[in-house]
Amino acid sequence: MLEVLDLSCRRGDRLLFSGLGFELPAHTLLHVRGRNGSGKTTLLRALCGLLQPDAGVIRWRGEPVTELGDDFNRELLYFGHLNGIKADLTGLENLRVAATLDQDPVTDAVIIAALAQIGLAGFEDLPTRMLSQGQKKRVALARLILSKAPLWILDEPFTALDTDAVALLEALIAGQVASGGAVVLTTHQEVALTQGEIRRLDLGPAAPQ
Amino acid sequence: MLKVFWCILTRDITLALRRRTDVLTTLFFFVIVVSLFPLGVGSERELLRLLGPGVVWVAALLASMLALERLFAADYDDGTLEQLLLAGQPLSLLVLAKVVAHWLLTGLPLVVIAPLMAMQYSLEPIAILVMMAALALGTPVLSLLGAIGAALTLGLRGGGILLSLLILPLYIPVLVYGAGAVSVSVVEIADTQPYFSLLGAFLVAALILAPPASAAALRISME
Amino acid sequence: MKINWFKYASPASFYPLAGQLVPKFAAVAAVLVLIGLYVGFFHTADQLGGSNPQKEYYRIIFVHVPTAWMSMWLYLVLAGWSAIGLVFNTRLSFMMANAVAPTGAIFTFLALWTGALWGRPSWGTYWDWDPRLTSELILFFLYIGYMALHSAIDDSRRADRAAALLAIVGVVMLPIIYWSINCPDPNNCAALHQRSDPGSIHASILIPMLLITLGFWSYSFATAFMRLRDIILTREADSAWVRDMLLEARADTGGGSGTSSGVPAGAGRGAV
Repeated sequence: MLEVLDLSCRRGDRLLFSGLGFELPAHTLLHVRGRNGSGKTTLLRALCGLLQPDAGVIRWRGEPVTELGDDFNRELLYFGHLNGIKADLTGLENLRVAATLDQDPVTDAVIIAALAQIGLAGFEDLPTRMLSQGQKKRVALARLILSKAPLWILDEPFTALDTDAVALLEALIAGQVASGGAVVLTTHQEVALTQGEIRRLDLGPAAPQ
Repeated sequence: MLKVFWCILTRDITLALRRRTDVLTTLFFFVIVVSLFPLGVGSERELLRLLGPGVVWVAALLASMLALERLFAADYDDGTLEQLLLAGQPLSLLVLAKVVAHWLLTGLPLVVIAPLMAMQYSLEPIAILVMMAALALGTPVLSLLGAIGAALTLGLRGGGILLSLLILPLYIPVLVYGAGAVSVSVVEIADTQPYFSLLGAFLVAALILAPPASAAALRISME
Repeated sequence: MKINWFKYASPASFYPLAGQLVPKFAAVAAVLVLIGLYVGFFHTADQLGGSNPQKEYYRIIFVHVPTAWMSMWLYLVLAGWSAIGLVFNTRLSFMMANAVAPTGAIFTFLALWTGALWGRPSWGTYWDWDPRLTSELILFFLYIGYMALHSAIDDSRRADRAAALLAIVGVVMLPIIYWSINCPDPNNCAALHQRSDPGSIHASILIPMLLITLGFWSYSFATAFMRLRDIILTREADSAWVRDMLLEARADTGGGSGTSSGVPAGAGRGAV
């Protein structure tokens, strides 16, 4: 599904990686590993199109993403370091906005069920600024339950989660891979899959400062 | 498409209504700046009548610019801006929705309170009406142009001051014709017509050109 | 003969070329400006067109008009390189725009200054809100805005692209701003609008003015290329060719001073 050819990215005037290439078919999880500063987040942002690579091509279903534009974005779910939820909106409102933006309108009942699944039953009408860090992250992760996007790009999704939530997230990722999707993620822990394949991508060491 | 536009518009308005101080600060800034001028230049009625249109417009420029700093900043800080960029919707449309919401919250209150301010400068009723109309046409242009600057200075330290440096020179045409219309209305009301045509033309041009420019600026700033 | 223009689109190959061009442009600039000033000061009649006798102070136009022309031309150059950079994603174009900006700002400032010096004896005031000088002031603000935005952003790529977009917005807005300043009353535009027609200027005045303008163009090339060389070196400090060049330079001077750009390139390699 996703194909990367000869990619190179720089941050400021520093070259992070070059000549990077891989292929990511359906039913696959790509685990990007590397030390701090090796360019994991930069790679993920380049894959989403948030960042223009210095050189190289990224193809989605055979077509360059630069030509697909918004069509590619609709097939993609990105989960970055920031949760992407508004502190002054309730969990329900946050997810309702996210669903509308994905042009995938869902009923409130579905959203409430998703929040309950992620362990936030009864919290759906509270402004998210009242929630703890981990709970906020859970609200953001509820997007994964609602999402129908075939490609997930997750940057350190496991941080700030307790063991229950980690298990739930692992199950969600496994479900996405099993149902024919693809997942790219960075994390320092191993993810178990019952179905599908795990590939690993090691980014070189960061320049010694 | 319309649904997405509406969704962002209502989201921003809901957010602002839950944090009303931000909206009120802009409004009171406008009121204070306008009220300070007579204390500085003296309260002679003829002088104030002459200065009034310009002072109200400059204050509106400053107020709208101060508010602009927050246009994208909150979304940038909590990561929702990233999600907007990746929403798979035309970014210009989302930007336009945000700017419209922003104008409804900071520009429209200025239009509404302007008559009160104009009375401090003993402007005639007809001039007050012209001022409201000119502000109603001109302040959206300020918000649209300012959005470009807000997007360019996103997340920079000292962004607010920098924003004013970039954007205030671009506000000149609106200032010239906005204030000019009010000044001319005192002499001959029929003469205001070309001023309004120009302000209207600016609004149409800004509606078409500014959102794509802001969207491009946002993509540059988010890298 | 076919010239490979793209060869010079890379900073590495443009750097030595710029180095060769700087002294040439500087020499041409000095010669042209000196000749122009000489002709203007000593071989031009004491009059400004027609039979209207002017005082000697009018000779400031030999500097004022060319600086004003240059300030506008260079803003177009700045916006042009910015547009090329954004469209073709070439780093050298952004560097070029960035190198031109200070020269443009200096010319704008000189135009304002000489304008004020002209205004004092002829209008009795340094600043009269004359539409042309006011436009020049706004242009100065636009230059300052460009440079301020560029220097406020740490990431050089974002700085380049953001400032470039600002320059393009500026160039779109400039005609509207100029027009609104020249014609604040749309009912009555003709009266305020100043016209200038190069054909109406006497040849003995026009020729030195054009000589000085050409000299200023040469000066702009020289200073822009000088600045460009600095920018290229700073930005490419990581790259192999700069390190090689520095090593060579150090070998030539006998390995003296310990200036080092010692940041090793952190090129990571990916493998699946």
